[in-house]
Amino acid sequence: MSKFLKAFLVASMLASPALAAGKYGLGRVATADEVKAWDIDVRPDGVGLPKGKGTVEEGEELFVDNCASCHGDFGEGVDRWPVLSGGHGSLTDERPVKTIGSYWPYASTLFDYIRRAMPFGAAQTLEADEIYAITAYLLNMNDVVDDDFELSDENFKTIKLENEANFFMDDRAEKELKEFVEEPCMSACKAKVEITKRAVIVDVTPEEGGEVGGSLD
Amino acid sequence: MSIMFKGKKPSRRAFLKGALATSAGALSGGAALAAGEKVITEVQPWNSELGDGVDAMPYGQPSEFEAHVKRRTVEWLTADPVSSINFTPLHELDGILTPNGLAFERHHGGTAHIDPKEHRLMINGLVERQLVFTMDDLMRFPRENHVYFLECAANSGMEWRGAQLNGCQFTHGMIHNVMYTGVKLRTLLEEAGVKPSGKWLLAEGADSSGMTRSIPMEKALDDCLVAFKMNGEALRPEQGYPVRLVVPGWEGNMWVKWLRRLEVGDQPWHHREETSKYTDLLENGQARRFTWEMDAKSVITNPSPQAPLTHKKGPTVLTGLAWSGRGTIPRVDVTIDGGITWHKARISGPSLDKSMHRFYFEFDWDGKPLLLQSRAHDSTGYVQPTKDQLRKHRGVNSIYHNNGIQTWAIDAEGNAENVEIS
Ligand code: HEC
Repeated sequence: MSKFLKAFLVASMLASPALAAGKYGLGRVATADEVKAWDIDVRPDGVGLPKGKGTVEEGEELFVDNCASCHGDFGEGVDRWPVLSGGHGSLTDERPVKTIGSYWPYASTLFDYIRRAMPFGAAQTLEADEIYAITAYLLNMNDVVDDDFELSDENFKTIKLENEANFFMDDRAEKELKEFVEEPCMSACKAKVEITKRAVIVDVTPEEGGEVGGSLD
Repeated sequence: MSIMFKGKKPSRRAFLKGALATSAGALSGGAALAAGEKVITEVQPWNSELGDGVDAMPYGQPSEFEAHVKRRTVEWLTADPVSSINFTPLHELDGILTPNGLAFERHHGGTAHIDPKEHRLMINGLVERQLVFTMDDLMRFPRENHVYFLECAANSGMEWRGAQLNGCQFTHGMIHNVMYTGVKLRTLLEEAGVKPSGKWLLAEGADSSGMTRSIPMEKALDDCLVAFKMNGEALRPEQGYPVRLVVPGWEGNMWVKWLRRLEVGDQPWHHREETSKYTDLLENGQARRFTWEMDAKSVITNPSPQAPLTHKKGPTVLTGLAWSGRGTIPRVDVTIDGGITWHKARISGPSLDKSMHRFYFEFDWDGKPLLLQSRAHDSTGYVQPTKDQLRKHRGVNSIYHNNGIQTWAIDAEGNAENVEIS
């Protein structure tokens, strides 16, 4: 039997609408249920949102039960666990606080991330309505929606986050590269050299110990 | 009479541990000196007694004397060891390849342990055929071998405000360089048949972080690999066993581990790791997104704070690594006087596209303090900038993509410290 015919038969046996197989005829056609089970991603235009709804109030209870042990009752963060609220207007501060409200460009990211990765250690255990409710609560904690708000797949696209316009496409090529291609000096490049900063003063290298602020994100 | 050493003098670490107590003993007394070193004049146990049989270690491990060569973490960086990072001990390695067990780890939901028989890779979205592959299926596509560096976008991220961590393992160790064996991503996408509207690809992991990143289709069809081997053997669990994405030259977070799904779409997804994280916040409060390419960078690995100059003055080997997400490294400059005079370093070993390069600079150390720096030039003409040049463009809060020139100060004792200079 020719490779093409064989692949064609396999494809038709799976009763899928797919066209003839690819060049190698390897793999099999994914079933609709399989795609549905794994394709849980959500985009800013709302594509991927499941049907469902949840209120800020419902979200508060769910958040306290499932999330607050790490993120704090109001998303303020316990110990060094991530802070999920606050930080408005801090992006130009010496120590910016980047949160859903102060930094994130899209609410869809929040829904998608909770759906795929939270609660930490029990990912993908929440129902769609629960995710809507928790998302609504976190939006409320970030002053994006009112206390009596109900979030759903239908009104999701009306949610805008204040920092969306502050993101722009990588422009290193235009902004930096011109400056970073100059032939550098090789001899007698400066008259003298001084040490301006020292790591021993900060002293945060592991083996030496020492607890400090700052994080990698 | 002076002592001639065969090979390297004992390192300070080993010396302190007493691991070389016999030779140290031989050094101290005048009589012993005249007689010579005991390791030579007396029969040692390993000269006489039988060693281990062939199967003592069916999967070989490094010598017990290399126990200090390991990945290390910096606990204060993250809230929890499960979503955390450790660092490659660059100062203990040479050549260009990173041993698999020393390749740094970064995962967001812990290391998943997946039976390859239970693993599937799905391609869905804007394709002619939504497909599911088993690992056996993947092994039947034509394979390729390529050496690429993988650098976390946050490598050197702690150094934006100034010198912080004493050791190139900590300042530069979020990188590894291995040979991947895998199938071209393009081959798999062609097998599924990308529709003309398919401009973006979402790669997703099977671990508990469900890691996702949006990748533009041009890159996906260019040089990306779906890899199952590193340095010839199966991927290590912490590197995404049984299969990971390889996105040459681009930030490590995109190299999705435990790869389970590739979705073709017409727009990027703007997921958490490309909005909240892995975006570069500038001084004016605006943020660059999709800063995928890793700029050219280099670091002197020896000497460095964890690898001081223990031999005092005389012949000295300086060595380091250089790499660029845009191509190869035709040239590395080195200075030992803080940038007054620069020398072209010698590159030894293969010069491969988007791979680490090994450079050396041999000099006669006069025993006086040194200020060491290296500066990489890549094949596009890009010259590694100073940290201050970068700060001028970006401020100090970008966290990611710090490829500025690193300085080590060496004192008269040979100790090295992470510093910045004028
Ligand atoms: C056991 C502690 C823990 C619990 C419980 C937990 N999280 Fe998290 N959360 C984390 C950690 C750790 C991260 C960062 C993960 C990483 O590094 O990728 C995180 C990240 C997040 C983020 C992204 C923060 C950012 O700025 O990027 C959101 C949003 C979030 N969690 C929401 C939730 C919600 C909602 C719940 C409850 C359903 C929850 N978390 C429960 C530990 C926890």
